[in-house]
Amino acid sequence: MSIQNQLKLRPRADDRPGQRTAAALPNKMTAHGVTVFYGAKQALRGINLDIQENRVLALIGPSGCGKSTFLRCLNRMNDTVEGCRVEGRIALDGEDVYGKAVDAVQLRARVGMVFQKPNPFPKSIYDNVAYGPRIHGLASGRDELDEVVQTSLKRAGLWGEVKDRLREPGTSLSGGQQQRLCIARAIAVSPEVILMDEPCSALDPIATAHIEELIDELRANYTIVIVTHNMQQAARVSQRTAFFHLGEMVECDDTEEIFTNPRDERTQGYITGRYG
Amino acid sequence: MTDLVERDVAAVTPSPASSPGPSSAPKSRLRSEAFARRLRARHAAERRFRLAGAAAVALAALILLLLLGSIVAKGASAFWEARIRLEVTLDPAEVADRNYTAALRRALYAQFPQVTDRAGKRVLNDLLSSGAPYELEAMVAKNPALAGTTQTVWVRADDQIDQLVKGAYRRDLPETERGLSDAKVAAADALLASGALAQSFNTTLFTAGDSREPEQAGIGGAIIGSLLTLLVTMALSVPVGIAAAVYLEEFAPKNRWTDLIEVNINNLAAVPSIIFGLLGLAVFLGFFGMPRSAPLVGGLVMALMTLPVIIISARVALKAVPPSIRQAALGIGASPLQTVLHHVLPLAMPGILTGTIIGMARALGETAPLLMIGMVAFIVDIPRGLTDSATVLPVQIYMWADSPERAFTERTSAAILILLGVLILLNGAAVILRKIFERRW
Repeated sequence: MSIQNQLKLRPRADDRPGQRTAAALPNKMTAHGVTVFYGAKQALRGINLDIQENRVLALIGPSGCGKSTFLRCLNRMNDTVEGCRVEGRIALDGEDVYGKAVDAVQLRARVGMVFQKPNPFPKSIYDNVAYGPRIHGLASGRDELDEVVQTSLKRAGLWGEVKDRLREPGTSLSGGQQQRLCIARAIAVSPEVILMDEPCSALDPIATAHIEELIDELRANYTIVIVTHNMQQAARVSQRTAFFHLGEMVECDDTEEIFTNPRDERTQGYITGRYG
Repeated sequence: MTDLVERDVAAVTPSPASSPGPSSAPKSRLRSEAFARRLRARHAAERRFRLAGAAAVALAALILLLLLGSIVAKGASAFWEARIRLEVTLDPAEVADRNYTAALRRALYAQFPQVTDRAGKRVLNDLLSSGAPYELEAMVAKNPALAGTTQTVWVRADDQIDQLVKGAYRRDLPETERGLSDAKVAAADALLASGALAQSFNTTLFTAGDSREPEQAGIGGAIIGSLLTLLVTMALSVPVGIAAAVYLEEFAPKNRWTDLIEVNINNLAAVPSIIFGLLGLAVFLGFFGMPRSAPLVGGLVMALMTLPVIIISARVALKAVPPSIRQAALGIGASPLQTVLHHVLPLAMPGILTGTIIGMARALGETAPLLMIGMVAFIVDIPRGLTDSATVLPVQIYMWADSPERAFTERTSAAILILLGVLILLNGAAVILRKIFERRW
């Protein structure tokens, strides 16, 4: 089934052009001329991109196009990479995240991240979720912490499955459950933005469907940026899509526009499977 | 555009018209006689390789068994010592004079009424250990009410009698070749026959310090010396080693300086241990003027020696922690230090512990650097502090191995067994600790 048909099968009221335009929503994060070097190798060239509040932005593109690199610039995870240099300006609520006033630790609490491979800590399910609130001092007292853990697990759609086994290690869960645990861990510190780096690439289709539903629900409270290799997934979960190619952002538009009426030939070639 | 997608799909679908011809050719080759021959040769090669491996393991096990067997055979008897039963009458005047030798001799002569001449009495005197009066003195010191009474005591026999009882001397040899006079053998046999000479568990071996007399010598001092030395080593090299490894692995920028440091640490691990001893002699004794033969200096030298081992093994353990754990912690806003302390270090702990205990075991068995700082010394007193003169287990073994007395030969083997036992304990502790730390996750 072609992507266009899928889009037609799953219409979203709020995504139809004309009903609620993209311009109506404020920008949560903005990127201007973001250029990244790994040593001498240039990974990103002058990316300009707006990330709108309470929407899902999908980053698509062939392998090595720089979409993950861009994602990791948004919460300064690239700081930990040896020889990585970021130029340009990335703003969160208008404040430069690479500015002197911003602390990377605080930024990462505000901009959470979910990784490609589920990476729960080798601790209990409870401790996995409680770790963030503990180190940031977000919960005072045992009861409040329990409350935060419960809310986070509920939001991640995992509460029903784990409520009787919170003391068991997080690594004992299935792959899909582990990934939802990682999402619960990320939202436990109540971030404003959640970055997801191919969150379903290590999961089976049923677990993937679970996560996709979850992403759609989380949109109400968080701004989400998701990197994906799976174009159907991008079409299903996102309202905006940005296509990256060879370190450049080729185009960014409403998801439906990108998949039905791409302006650039490279975008068209990619979404129709001519390369990738 | 829809056409385009469908055309792509068509290109991927395999065409049903492909001929079966090319697939039948390799199949027949796989069933040929030549292939079967090659297959047999491959299996034979595998069997030969496995056999060689098993033979190597068996040979190693055999040599180890031989080594251990010979040590056990030589050393096992050292865990018993010969003692002589005497009815000692403690004269209060002699007790006041602290002259216990006379009382012991009187008791011994009483068992041999036929011996009256000086030469015969001298033979009897030699049956007792020169340390026997001190045993009696210690007994009376503990209970002064014993003065004036008659007590049955078991006192240590001389090391030659001890060896005779254990069968180290051949009775069928003539006196001159045996190395032990007929008179002594006869006296000892008489005591044996009356049950006044018997073997009991050798506590002296574990509690006493070194001595010129084998029957009074023990490794108590050496064990305490080893413990004190190891304590200093551990207190210094474990925290410094782990901190250095964590900094180099998790925080330090990768540049020319850290490369240089890494190369140097690797080189230090390969430096012969005697060099560390020379360094300790020059720096700790020569420059800082620390006391000679002290566990403090020994521990410092050992710490320098084990530091590279600990750093290297800790770095390997830290490297083995998957980067996804670090990313997970950093991703929810843990600071780099929190990431290391809460997640990376606990996961690396089993590996770090293994490396540390291997380092400690090496330090425990090391002799060469201690030669340089004067820990090879005849030390009778059991050390009471870090600056007291002391020796360590392997050095004690080395010194006893040099002694000509037969009794020292067996005690050398016994000391080796004890050292091996301590090493096995250490390694066992490493395994248990590793299990505990792994179970937590």
